[in-house]
Amino acid sequence: MTKRGDEAMLQIEGLRACIGEKEILKGLDLTLRAGEVHAIMGPNGSGKSTLAQVLAGRDTFTVTGGKVAYEGQDLLALPPEKRAAAGIFLAFQYPVEIPGVGNMYFLRTALNSIRKARGEEELDAMDFLSVAKEKGKLVEMAPAFMNRSVNEGFSGGEKKRNEILQMAVLEPRLAILDETDSGLDIDALRIVAGGVNAMRSPDRAMLVITHYQRLLDYIVPDFVHVMAGGRIVLSGGRDLALELEKKGYAWVDDLAAKGALGAPAAVAP
Amino acid sequence: MTDALRELTEQKYKYGFVTDIDEDRIPKGLSEDIVRLISRKKGEPQFMLEWRLKAYRHWLTLQEPTWPNVHYPAIDYQDIVYYSAPKPRKQLSSLDEVDPELRKAFDKLGIPLVEQQRLAGVAVDAVFDSVSVGTTFKKKLADLGIVFGSFSEAVKEYPALVERYLGSVVPYTDNFFATLNSAVFSDGSFAYIPKGVRCPMELSTYFRINAQDTGQFERTLIVADEGSYVSYLEGCTAPIRDKNQLHAAVVELVALDGAEIKYSTVQNWYPGDKEGRGGIYNFVTKRGKAMRRSKISWTQVETGSAITWKYPSCILQGDGSVGEFYSVALTNNRQQADTGTKMIHIGKNTRSTIISKGISAGHGQNTYRGLVKVLKGAANARNYSQCDSLLIGDKCGAHTFPYIEVRNPTAKVEHEATTSKISDDQLFYCRQRGIKEEDAVTMIVNGFAKQVLKELPMEFAVEAQKLLGMSLEGSVG
Repeated sequence: MTKRGDEAMLQIEGLRACIGEKEILKGLDLTLRAGEVHAIMGPNGSGKSTLAQVLAGRDTFTVTGGKVAYEGQDLLALPPEKRAAAGIFLAFQYPVEIPGVGNMYFLRTALNSIRKARGEEELDAMDFLSVAKEKGKLVEMAPAFMNRSVNEGFSGGEKKRNEILQMAVLEPRLAILDETDSGLDIDALRIVAGGVNAMRSPDRAMLVITHYQRLLDYIVPDFVHVMAGGRIVLSGGRDLALELEKKGYAWVDDLAAKGALGAPAAVAP
Repeated sequence: MTDALRELTEQKYKYGFVTDIDEDRIPKGLSEDIVRLISRKKGEPQFMLEWRLKAYRHWLTLQEPTWPNVHYPAIDYQDIVYYSAPKPRKQLSSLDEVDPELRKAFDKLGIPLVEQQRLAGVAVDAVFDSVSVGTTFKKKLADLGIVFGSFSEAVKEYPALVERYLGSVVPYTDNFFATLNSAVFSDGSFAYIPKGVRCPMELSTYFRINAQDTGQFERTLIVADEGSYVSYLEGCTAPIRDKNQLHAAVVELVALDGAEIKYSTVQNWYPGDKEGRGGIYNFVTKRGKAMRRSKISWTQVETGSAITWKYPSCILQGDGSVGEFYSVALTNNRQQADTGTKMIHIGKNTRSTIISKGISAGHGQNTYRGLVKVLKGAANARNYSQCDSLLIGDKCGAHTFPYIEVRNPTAKVEHEATTSKISDDQLFYCRQRGIKEEDAVTMIVNGFAKQVLKELPMEFAVEAQKLLGMSLEGSVG
């Protein structure tokens, strides 16, 4: 599945970021190639969601050091909408409600904004609708649900399915899924994971952020990284997640405390 | 030359045949003579003159109101020219001659080319000439017995109708600005829908002949006879500049038994520059009287004017009558709006709905002021009010003054209010999906205003949506 030797799609080096005075990312390194699915696990407060937000361009965080190259460009220099146009998609942990704005209208506006920024032709309402309907099947979205306001009155599971629907329509190059499994029951989890798996492709990289191993039973990653204290402290394959589940995050904290981890392992062997 | 002779020659010069412009202007200031002069120039019947004079004399006893939550320099009422005859605007030969800024606005609003030409005063092809279109419609309306034209025409052609209904909803004693309007109003629209007739098209000033420059003191009267229906559109989304800073209009609606009037307004008068200089002061009195089982519905989108003072209201006089008020008021830069409605429940089983959406950006100040009054005899009256405010930025203000007076124990009155800000979370969510910040704000604002916009006739609603976005340009970032 991995295309070794290819150039990195995303290369993060020594990334540091703070919110106010508080430093959250403390020198993070990570490399993703097209076609790869990376999982990031870690205890609460380790900086997983901050990483997702910083990559998407949220300005509540200040980047204080390091660099991020995305397909050869300096990602940190781009405003959020340009990152979106360049193919970066963030599935939010807490999708935002926008009262009065139709879900499909929102999604069409998003798709056409991105197409326009790329110099592509915009889709008219009819063409868009058939795309959305097709993609809606991926996440078993009832048509009625498409006409409601963006995330307004949606259940937790509906919101997450809606995120995956947006991802399917926008077809990003790099998808970042921030705790997409939180608040999902087992059926919803299966649906969401099914949608994500359908989108795995040799051209696309995914960064799956999760607190629990459970999600990785459905979305099987190529690499697993463990974050603690604003850095990646352990990297490995699929088995690392299982080991982590058996031993708990205390194990990572222990290792970190003993100084046994040293520099994190190289990402791609 | 004797003094008398000089006076005569000067007068001749003043009112004579020399230039079109001077011909129909009268001196600045307001007096009984001016009121008489206006009435004479308009060739009005005696009852009109008397009505104007009563209004003028009453106006002298009134004080300009100070209760509205708006601030502006004192107006010198003697420094205003109260009458200038409607005259055709200078005709341009093509759109190329039109102010490029105006054209940009037209394009952004998506106004069709033909309409652009009409609005900008470009002479158009005979086929598309709005006047000829207007004439066609007028014929169709006349076949149904519908009267629709300028107020001045109506005074001459249907004096009995005018005399019967003029001031029946907004009496000449009503308030400072309405009284001033009653004394000096220049022109406006008049519509009468006969019994049982459903007006087949939206009546709009667009199709009214001689619609140019209706002036700063406009007066509109719409009478829907028993069981009839009419939808009326006022204003347009294109930015309108006017040399007159003070505007004081009056609109009266009469819905007789079982009739329905739907009155929609989009107001986009010049709001002034960023510092608020030069904008229009808009003091409007709008009120409808609803008889048995009739319905009056006001929908307004207010984005223009430096000052908006306006409370489209319903007197629910007949049993089972219904009043509705849907409003979006947007203030940006230094604009101030004090607007809302009054619902006066007199009849039994009367119902009213108020949906008000205030949007403030820049240094804009937005006030909702409403009164729901249930009189003793209004058994089972019901009202539902919802007042939502949306703030953009941290220098604007939203204010709500809902007054409720209930004198009947069977009444049900509900009031809901919310104030929200466009959150950073919402903006970031949109931007992460590729939508630029300005477009995101427009989208969120239109979502906020949707409940009201959907009450507008379709083609108006589309333009109004774009207008909201345009009016907010530069308010973020």
